Amino acid sequence: MACFLVSTAEAVVVKIAEKVVAKKELEAAGKKEGDAEIKAAIPMSVKLKWLSRMLFSGSALLLFEHIWHGEIVLWFPFLTAMSDSGDVVEMLKEMGTVGVCMAVLITVIWAVMCKVAEAIVKRPVSDTEGQQDA
Amino acid sequence: MTLLLTVFAAITVTAIWYNRKNDDMRLGILCFLYWGASIMWLVDALFEYFEDGADFFNQELSAVINDAFLGLAVIALGLVIWIVRLLISDPKGSVRRAIRKQASH
Repeated sequence: MACFLVSTAEAVVVKIAEKVVAKKELEAAGKKEGDAEIKAAIPMSVKLKWLSRMLFSGSALLLFEHIWHGEIVLWFPFLTAMSDSGDVVEMLKEMGTVGVCMAVLITVIWAVMCKVAEAIVKRPVSDTEGQQDA
Repeated sequence: MTLLLTVFAAITVTAIWYNRKNDDMRLGILCFLYWGASIMWLVDALFEYFEDGADFFNQELSAVINDAFLGLAVIALGLVIWIVRLLISDPKGSVRRAIRKQASH
């Protein structure tokens, strides 16, 4: 009914966090310029960008699916479930169960993706990789 | 069916992204689009499965066809989002060159 709204809300929060972290990283890079040793292989702002992109993208396609099924309309209150109090309860229940699970699963997969990406970046370059780059 | 089609699209795009020569085509956007939606529909499917049990796999043909159309429409929408973003960001400068060429004539 409106399960994607939970992921959309998370995407907005993550996007804001991404901007704040990117600004802090830029300031830190300016202060430590030259002698700074890069601690993390992938900056946190980049990782947050992955999460926000995945959440926004998924939500966009789910929004389309909801329009397809007639659960979202172009006129107020936009969600057809909002016109009936019984449906509102059901919608909120769905957001609390399916919606939250969607957001949690995407976040968990993103966390695993970040760990794997860090490991891949830190891995020594193999001979075949070097040949391909050249 | 929507989930299946989106997962296939996600795998195909990711394989193409892995084999890319450079980042000019911005295929990462498509990967995020299809994987994000696939994960979300997977959760939706799991909830439906726990609710309906085995009936989840015995859907009527009309419902399957409608879901397949939705899946294809979702893939098309993803491609439209990607191509619009690609043309706007114009990483190879092709759009800029084409517009300048037309403007100079």
